[in-house]
Amino acid sequence: MANFFQDNRDLMFTLGNLDLKDTVSLREQGFKFTENCDYAPVDLADALDNYRRVLEVVGGICGDRIAPRSRTVDEEGPEFENNTVTYHPLTQQNIADLTKAEVSGVMLPYQYGGLNFPVTVYTMMTEMVSRADASLQNIFGLQDIAETICLFGNEEQKAQYLPGFATGEYDGAMDLTEPDYGSDLPGVRLRAWQDENGQWYLNGMKRFITNGCAKVHLVLARSEEGTTDARGLSMFIAEACPQLVVRRIEHKLGIHGVATCELQFNDVPAQLCGKRKFGLIKYVMSLMNGARVAISAQAVGVAEAAYRAARQYAAEREQFKKTIDQFPAVYDMLSSMKVKLTAARTLLYETTRAVDLRDGYTAAMERGEAVRDQQKYWNNVAATLTPMCKALATESANQIAYDALQIHGGTGYMHDFDVERYYRDARITNIYEGTTQLQVVAAIGGVLQGHLKKEIDDLLALPFEGRAAELRDMLAGFNTKLAEAVQYVNDKKDSAYHDLRARDLVDMATSVYVGLLMLRNATRDEARMPIAERFVLDAVVEVEKRYLRVLSGDMQLIEKKNDILDY
Amino acid sequence: MSRTVLVFVKQVPDTQNITGDAMTPEGTVNRAALPAIFNPEDLNALEMALQLKDRYGMHVTVATMGPPKAAEILRDCLCRGADEAILLTDRAFAGADTLATSYALSCCAAKVQDVAVVLCGRQAIDGDTAQVGPQLSEKMQSPQICYAEDVVEMTENSITVRRRIDGGYEVLQSPLPALLTVVDSNDPRPMAARRIMKYKRAKTMSEIRAALGGAEADAAAVSAEAARLDAAGLLIREWSAADAGADLSRTGLAGSPTKVKQVMSVVLTAGEAKKVEPTADGVTALIHELIADHTLG
Repeated sequence: MANFFQDNRDLMFTLGNLDLKDTVSLREQGFKFTENCDYAPVDLADALDNYRRVLEVVGGICGDRIAPRSRTVDEEGPEFENNTVTYHPLTQQNIADLTKAEVSGVMLPYQYGGLNFPVTVYTMMTEMVSRADASLQNIFGLQDIAETICLFGNEEQKAQYLPGFATGEYDGAMDLTEPDYGSDLPGVRLRAWQDENGQWYLNGMKRFITNGCAKVHLVLARSEEGTTDARGLSMFIAEACPQLVVRRIEHKLGIHGVATCELQFNDVPAQLCGKRKFGLIKYVMSLMNGARVAISAQAVGVAEAAYRAARQYAAEREQFKKTIDQFPAVYDMLSSMKVKLTAARTLLYETTRAVDLRDGYTAAMERGEAVRDQQKYWNNVAATLTPMCKALATESANQIAYDALQIHGGTGYMHDFDVERYYRDARITNIYEGTTQLQVVAAIGGVLQGHLKKEIDDLLALPFEGRAAELRDMLAGFNTKLAEAVQYVNDKKDSAYHDLRARDLVDMATSVYVGLLMLRNATRDEARMPIAERFVLDAVVEVEKRYLRVLSGDMQLIEKKNDILDY
Repeated sequence: MSRTVLVFVKQVPDTQNITGDAMTPEGTVNRAALPAIFNPEDLNALEMALQLKDRYGMHVTVATMGPPKAAEILRDCLCRGADEAILLTDRAFAGADTLATSYALSCCAAKVQDVAVVLCGRQAIDGDTAQVGPQLSEKMQSPQICYAEDVVEMTENSITVRRRIDGGYEVLQSPLPALLTVVDSNDPRPMAARRIMKYKRAKTMSEIRAALGGAEADAAAVSAEAARLDAAGLLIREWSAADAGADLSRTGLAGSPTKVKQVMSVVLTAGEAKKVEPTADGVTALIHELIADHTLG
């Protein structure tokens, strides 16, 4: 009997301490849905109680059902024969269990049979699913596709697809990447053409498509002939059909349970979703940002599993007549893993909170409410935090999985323990949905323009006392150094230097912001103080290192890179 | 075919996850130290009922006999898919052995309309008797199929059931109404999110009264709230012994012939082992030894 929600003190703390009042009230629109929906909540407490209860059910399914099946799913994976993907019977059972729990349309509005839960709560589910079986999250986590149709589709499209997503009858895929266009999505070539009746058809190839065997596809395609950039791309909805051929599935290092497909579109009938030419610049960016949050949660889930495996192993494994967790070299690693894990989760749910507020205010604005300023503010915060979070969570997950394997020693290198799977599964998280290098590009603008300034200033102004105040002062010092470093890069006006040091600036900003969040959380539960303290103390050297590197003005790499690389 | 499947369920102390203070020094179960859970095989019975609902459109009514707190597992049932719930609760039911329990349940079953099938878990993990289901069928004068694994088919007048037997299974057909006791053979569905959000609000009359101020609650407000919940399908029926039409001399402690003579706290320890060679001499020596200490003969 394992419950991945109830056994996770940090996750339960997060649900209990995130301020979701505005999110819930925006989402429930003054709790007006109770009139037409007999399961809609009547007030904030009722909504929060719903979240907790449903998370407990999902936590039980993850712990008792999905996790015990994950080893076999990893070993055997899906089948591919005659262009047909068949998921492993245990993967099918996993999906059936989650469908029975009615968590297929977590964020969809009540009118389509959804739960109308915020992204924050959905993300907690994806985190738990990932801890149980990272590959399942690539199927469960595709609810963003329904969400995208809900945001940008027309009424007929919503009525046609959303109820099926809510019942679990439909699953989705987002078909973006092509053999020659991965990070460089503006170059996508898959062609969309219209016959004389206005019917759209899609023609071309897509590659590395997660769950490409899905029933409903969102496809990025070139609708404007003769264009070569983002403005010639539109988004389409296509359904699985004989013209949409799965050519092969990939053999991957990890996330074995999900099929990653190469797709061939032979004049696949499709519907335009949203406006022409806005495919990439608006809809797919929104979809990708949602997916980046989901992958951050996948990373945190895998990291949680890896940390627990290492913690348990280190407490049981004896060498030199002591369990190995007694040795400084080992408990140093364990503590660093725990601090990284907690930091990643802290940033993750602060990010989802910003995303929820952005979405809530955007919807309110579209209903005609005067909330333009709030929408703009949270849009900027979410746009900065989403890539920052993905960079931190996925890089941390890799480090945690790496150290977890290290703590297992030779045993960890063998298939006998689950840790080698966590190591393999973590490895994709900082690559897909935009590599860490691209997340830095996405986050640096917000850092340079000070989109987190108000959040950071508000946190610095909290009434910390005693040790917390000392740590706050250290973080304020980091913040000053960050400002100096930003100023230095701006003054230097060298784009290569700016790009080269962007990672340092984003990491410094992350340390300041996450440190303050962890400190604030520690004032709400003093048992968290040692973790927050450790985070700040570990950050001292990191921040100093990055600060010195930025201010060094070292141009040597830019000038001599070829001499180094090509010797 | 919209007929009723009646499922009897029980809230039990979680004896599967025993901790240090699970037993009192007197050797009785320390109920306070053990969390109350849904009896596992009753969940299998509920799942079987819900499958009959999925396949044949049956109406699923669940009932439990227990203290007011047992309404918790009825809400659990509603969240998994049950249509209606009944709580049999009365001080007169307390202290029942299997005879008095099965009598009370039979009174309840007699009051439920149009019952085609009664399902019980094979046994509860607190008493482990596996007697209540069979005794109930005797009192209902219906056929019983124990150790049911799955329903093969159901028609207007009959049910075909696969039941577990030593070394395999057998398939039996019974006329309706019939009683089945269900073993751990299916995978109980989880609670469903939309149903949780709705049915977590289901209440018994006592709970409505308590929420509106307990003993001082305004009677009119209580019945208005009960009517509102009933209209929404959120009223858990609460039946006393009188509501169930039970003869008080046959319920609870009064109706329980079982007398506990002595309770012992038995600490099992591994005894000494002795190896007997599998030869004629070895066996002969063992027989002589057992006769000598009067174990045999």
